[in-house]
This record gives sequence, structure tokens and C-alpha cells, in this order.
Amino acid sequence: MSQAVVERLTAHFGERVLETSDAFGDHEVVVAIKDWAEVAQFMKDDSDLQMDHFIDLTAVDYPERESSRFDLLLMTRSSVTGARIRLRTYVKDGEEPGTLSGIWSGANWAEREVWDMFGIKFNGHPDMRRILLYDEFVGHPLRKDYPIDKAQPLVPYREVSDIDKLPPFGIEEGQPFARIDWEARLAGGDNQVSPAIGVQQGQRRTLSDSEAAQQIQARIKARMAQESAEGEASEHSAEEGSGQ
Amino acid sequence: MGQLKVIDGGGEVAVTTRLSDLLQWARKWSLFQYPFVTACCGMEFMATAAPRYDIARFGAEAPRFSPRQSDVLWVVGTISQRQGPAVRRIWEQMADPKWVIAFGTCASCGGFYDNYTTIPGVDKVIPVDVYIPGCPPRPEAVLDALMLLQDKIQANDRKPIIVPPRLVPERAPGRTREGNS
Repeated sequence: MSQAVVERLTAHFGERVLETSDAFGDHEVVVAIKDWAEVAQFMKDDSDLQMDHFIDLTAVDYPERESSRFDLLLMTRSSVTGARIRLRTYVKDGEEPGTLSGIWSGANWAEREVWDMFGIKFNGHPDMRRILLYDEFVGHPLRKDYPIDKAQPLVPYREVSDIDKLPPFGIEEGQPFARIDWEARLAGGDNQVSPAIGVQQGQRRTLSDSEAAQQIQARIKARMAQESAEGEASEHSAEEGSGQ
Repeated sequence: MGQLKVIDGGGEVAVTTRLSDLLQWARKWSLFQYPFVTACCGMEFMATAAPRYDIARFGAEAPRFSPRQSDVLWVVGTISQRQGPAVRRIWEQMADPKWVIAFGTCASCGGFYDNYTTIPGVDKVIPVDVYIPGCPPRPEAVLDALMLLQDKIQANDRKPIIVPPRLVPERAPGRTREGNS
């Protein structure tokens, strides 16, 4: 099914299809950047292919590659035949592939994202702005040469040297309310989380089980007895106090 | 309250205190919240507000979606760089006295988002009174934070504080495994 798409494209475009592959059943066609939009238009319009479902458009950065820095990838599918195909092209830094937003309107935002993250502009795109980041942002963060720790705050950071804040995820932090009884677990006794979660996971009996229910009942009785005893004692002392 | 003096006039009772103590007492039991909820911590925030944990017990259940009507800003979840100006402006619009709670690890320090997208702790943008660690925190931690904030308000203390860990429930007093109360 997807193989038929590859054959159809190869038959129609001939030498202009540079490579084909079908690793793990994912069929791929590689074309030159000048044929990018034309091949996409053909896949959409051809009565045999009818690739009417735009799935995704993304890029990969290979900064060490001499010939062309980016791979540009189009994932598309036909809702008629069910065929899926991946179209790939190689883009040099600064080159502008033709836009697909006139073919699939879903490509509009995807191309803006590729511009935002990788800095690949699309020729003929109606609205070539950043989509996720802000206009003040300098550079394109998914390029491999973007510094990994470089943030570009919109609001200047406060000076907070006086705040005695701990680093996250200390021994008792992160999940500080102790879902796991580590001592018991290390001793091999309790392979268990908190009581409520244990009940959910079937590791503990529910409250309706007779033993557990009896325990609860016993606790309530004991507490009531204790409270009534304390209440009598305090009443007693109050009477003594008023008597004095 | 701080200093309380009870005057028993035989049949009628009067209580005196300092005006500031009375004001702080009123403030801490009527915290109108502005929930700035951006991420998955919001689920735990909802759980805290729901009847099982019942944040209404502390007089803090009423959300106000105008910052001008709210006292405490709950920053719940990851704050991206792009949201920085928004959260800063909301905080500026709140009327004094106002407090801020950083809910969860992302709001407290950025969590594992150590990259170009995320503000490493909302305290880089606005002052925070109480930090709640956890990813996400359990509702008990949230209630602890609220009680800590109440104590801070009563004491008129603006030093930031982190919610400390609780005891293991099964080892806490009254919750031992043997089942004695």
C-alpha cells in the first residue's frame, strides 16, 4: 500500500527521486529541495495517491555535515488508501524550501514551528513568524549549536540571594510525604506504598474486610472511651475549681 | 492571636488584643486566592480544593479571577519564560497585603526544565512566601503550606519558607501499623 506510493512517485518523477527506503515498514522518498513542494502537491492531487492527511513537518540538525545541514521531513497519509509516506529533503543553512501551506493548511503552523526551532524559512509562507517562542528570542533553540544553558528572560531576574532555598529532590524531597516505607522495604518486609494506595492496588485489604473493619471499630471505641473519660475528668476539675 | 487578655466582668466577658493582631487574624482566615494554574500540579490543587481535603476549612476556598480582589497568588505549575511578564503583571496588580505560594517543584525552582523555555523558579520574577516541594505535592503538603502561610501572616513574617516533610504516615503518632490509636 505504502510501497505503491513509492513506486508511483518513482515512476512519475524518475531521476528526480533521489533515494527510497523502507526501514521497518516506514517508506521514505528523498527528493531535492527544488522538487519539495512539487512532489508534495502531486501526492495530494494524484488520483491514485490522494495523500490528504498532513501529519507532521519537522527537521533534524546535523551541524557536522558538510553538504547540507538540515534534514526536512514531511509525514503524510492518505485517508482513502491508508498509505503512509515520509518525504525527506536536505536543506542548507539559509536555503528556503517552498511552502506546503497552500497544499495542506495544517502545514502553516508546522512550518512556523520549524522556523522557530531550526531557523528554516519557507518560501511563499503567508505568515512566517515565530509560533512558540517570543519575538525577542535570539537564535533557534533546537539547533545543536544553541547553548544548552542559555535562557533569554523577558523579565529581568530578581536578586534572591537572601532566600535560603534548598535544591530540589533531596533525600526526603520530591515526594516528601513518604508513599514508600523504605526501611521496611529494604528489610524485605513491606513491598508497599501508603495504605490508601495499597488498597487501590490490591496489596492491602480494603476497609470492608472484617479484620480491618474491626480494627477501625476498635480504634473508634477506644478513642470515644478515652474522650469521655477525659471529659468527665475535666468536668470534675471544673466543679472543684468553682467550689474553691 | 498574639496577646489576648480576657476580662471577666461577671456574666459579660470582654477580650482585648492589639489591633494589628486582630487585623492579621482576620486576614489569615479570609485568604482569597488567585489560582495561576499552568500545569499538572493543577490536579493536586483541585484535589486540595475538593471536599476530601477541603481548603474551605481555612477560609481560603474562594477563587477570584481578578488579581485586584485576591490576597494570595497560587503559582501552580511550570512558568515558561513567555509567561514571565504575565505572572509579574498579575502580581503587580494585586492589592497589598498580598502573598505568593509556589506550588510544586517547577514553580519553586524550575524542576527538571533546565533549559531555554522555563523560568527556574517563579521567585526569579516575583517574591514567594511559601514553597511547596513535590512533583506534584500531595494535598497534605498544600494544606501544610496554607497553615504555614497563616502562621506567617499572624506573625507578620515575610521570610520565605519551605514546607518541611511530614513523617511517614504509618509511623506518625496515632497512625502506627499495629493499629493502636
